[in-house]
Amino acid sequence: MPGFEYAPAPESRDVVDVRGSYGLYVGGEFVDGGAGSLKTVNPATEEVLAEVAVASADDVDRAVRAARKAYEKTWSRLPGAERAKYLFRIARIVQERARELAVLETLDNGKPIKESRDVDVPLVAAHFFYHAGWADKLEWAGLPGRAPGATPRPHGVVGQVIPWNFPLLMLAWKVAPALATGNTVVLKPAETTPLTALLFAEICEQAGLPPGVVNIVTGAGETGAALVRHPGVDKIAFTGSTDVGRQIAKTLAGTRVKATLELGGKAANIVFDDAALDQAVEGIVNGIFFNQGHVCCAGSRLLVQESVAEEVVTRLQRRLTTLRVGDPMDKNTDVGAVNSRAQLERITELADSGDAEGAHRWTAPCELPDQGFWFAPTVFTDVAPAHRIAREEIFGPVLSVMTFRTPDEALTKANTTPYGLSAGIWTEKGSRILWMADRLRAGVVWANTFNRFDPTSPFGGYKESGYGREGGRHGLAAYVKEA
Amino acid sequence: MAGSRLAVARTAKLYVRGAFPRSESGRSYVVTSHDGTFLANAARASRKDARDAVTAARGAFAGWSGATAYNRGQVLFRVAELMEGRRDQFVREVADAEGAAADDAAALVDAAIDRWVWYAGWSDKIAQVAGAANPVAGPYFNLSVPEPTGVVAVLAPQRSSLLGLVSVLAPVIVSGNTTIVLASRTRPLPAVSLTEVLATSDVPAGVVNLLTGYPAEVAPWLASHEDVDAIDLAGAVPLPGDEPEVSWGDLEAAAAPTLTRVLRPAGDGPADAPDGAVEPDWRPTPDGPRRILTFTETKTVWHPKGR
Repeated sequence: MPGFEYAPAPESRDVVDVRGSYGLYVGGEFVDGGAGSLKTVNPATEEVLAEVAVASADDVDRAVRAARKAYEKTWSRLPGAERAKYLFRIARIVQERARELAVLETLDNGKPIKESRDVDVPLVAAHFFYHAGWADKLEWAGLPGRAPGATPRPHGVVGQVIPWNFPLLMLAWKVAPALATGNTVVLKPAETTPLTALLFAEICEQAGLPPGVVNIVTGAGETGAALVRHPGVDKIAFTGSTDVGRQIAKTLAGTRVKATLELGGKAANIVFDDAALDQAVEGIVNGIFFNQGHVCCAGSRLLVQESVAEEVVTRLQRRLTTLRVGDPMDKNTDVGAVNSRAQLERITELADSGDAEGAHRWTAPCELPDQGFWFAPTVFTDVAPAHRIAREEIFGPVLSVMTFRTPDEALTKANTTPYGLSAGIWTEKGSRILWMADRLRAGVVWANTFNRFDPTSPFGGYKESGYGREGGRHGLAAYVKEA
Repeated sequence: MAGSRLAVARTAKLYVRGAFPRSESGRSYVVTSHDGTFLANAARASRKDARDAVTAARGAFAGWSGATAYNRGQVLFRVAELMEGRRDQFVREVADAEGAAADDAAALVDAAIDRWVWYAGWSDKIAQVAGAANPVAGPYFNLSVPEPTGVVAVLAPQRSSLLGLVSVLAPVIVSGNTTIVLASRTRPLPAVSLTEVLATSDVPAGVVNLLTGYPAEVAPWLASHEDVDAIDLAGAVPLPGDEPEVSWGDLEAAAAPTLTRVLRPAGDGPADAPDGAVEPDWRPTPDGPRRILTFTETKTVWHPKGR
């Protein structure tokens, strides 16, 4: 086969105007933070992109008050049809400023520009568009606890804490349903990826959104904790690690504050011997190497039927040698930078435990840049279910391969985990897909595909992957009162 | 000085397959304002124009019904965006046609724009509200979803020239149907302007085809046409005080041999009662997606489950 070299195809960053420093967005204004600042870096180069204010507990309090005032004075008094039009405006401005958002997301997060451009940002617009349509139709959503046809009532002020793996998309998943149902929000983006949330604040201004309906407080764990325990917050929505999810559940225990938690995962991607193998290999790659594996629903455990295991691993390794790892701003890049040094250390430590516990490591041959945080696509074979790399969420580009003989064995292995966010099934036999799907203890099951997301489709986990759903009719339920 | 320049008048044409033809019959009829002032000569569509429009609608069905619901929703929203830009023109035309005061006409136009937005939002919700996962007593996956009926003929309301038209048109196309609309006979000009909005929006050619003319000359052919799957008879109700130009009962009978689905006009009486049908007040937001569902079929899929 003749080899064709790729010429560099860098996306221009001229479309983005990154300011030197950013304040908090509270009550429709950018204000200073009371707890100093933090630096956000481009993980592909370690270049400092901007200094961002850190919100103190007092700042969080001001933001919650601003949200309460906006809820009482304007937002809760607007007819649903008018709320809808604000959300449609936001959806349109996201579409209009799509390239700018994509470039900024890639700079701050390290994900390949083709993913931020073709996946994250279009889904963000779609999320606002979908929820805009619900804002004046909530009585038709069949939500629990209300008489049929009655308009569901919002909670009031919602506190939202989101992770760094899909910064703007997670913001959309949180803000769009909250606003559509009539709540106002205080949102804390992750400390390593605050920039697109702050650009979103500008979008709210362009849309003419009343001040205080959306407030953004930047900072790290302490800022998030201050928001979660603030007595003026009526509901908490969190996406992030299972450990922090447990802390939030504990903090809110005994209060009347509602919570939805979208936490970690250790999804099984199950390949049967009758699967279309090339298609399955593409799905495996997408399942674990999409977004550098920084995906809570990533297919991090590959379960292959024994009779095709060797074949699948061979094809998988061949495919992985063609992945392009490197500059996230290059339009041909498949795998970008790990989001932070801390995350790189976690991935490295867990992968090392795989070696120590006796699994066999294979690393895709690729040249990694000198600067920045990188981890080459990695596949472990000879993995036992008891190994840490089979049990713990790595949140990186590391796949653990195990085998099975029968559908029952596949099910047992797939369900033997405290997590239950997602699962994948690869077989040409439709009845088997549905039989498996019925028995997998996971909130999302993909068959002959993986990592599909849509605003109409509910997403969320069983067991220690959290509770509540985001997206679809079911996602609305989290943002309205039960009675 | 005002009046020193002669205004350029628009020729009011049909809208078929994304183009603006005159009637193949070469005929037109006089359209006047509410107070009798001459406004335009509108095309007077023939039976042949109606058949051509059905062909255009059928041709557009595969593409439009195959588009994602998200895509159709955005396209309908785009219609609202473009109407907003021509708001003043619509206000003037609605005032002329309906004899409404400027304020009232503006409120009707605003409601028409908002009606597009409302229906746009339904595009990807209707299956979630009307579909169902059915727990059948056996090892089967069983899912019911609404699908568009096909080609739908719409007799637009005679009185409400724009809001009434949008209120019957948007629910037909949002689910993926394509349509032939017969505009209000005496008040067709806001409908003609709407086709100019549709032509410059992202609505694919042939999804909406608009005829102007006489109900008695066109409606029976649409009702009996074998390639028309459903018909909305809202426009069979005459203006208050006028004699009916068509009998909705006769049209329903003409639709029966091909089991064309019929949406009867509002009202409680039979077709032969003088007050049997009424044109409703279109201003309130519809009470749910009933009009959308009238023009859908429910499809149920079974699939076995097993190792």
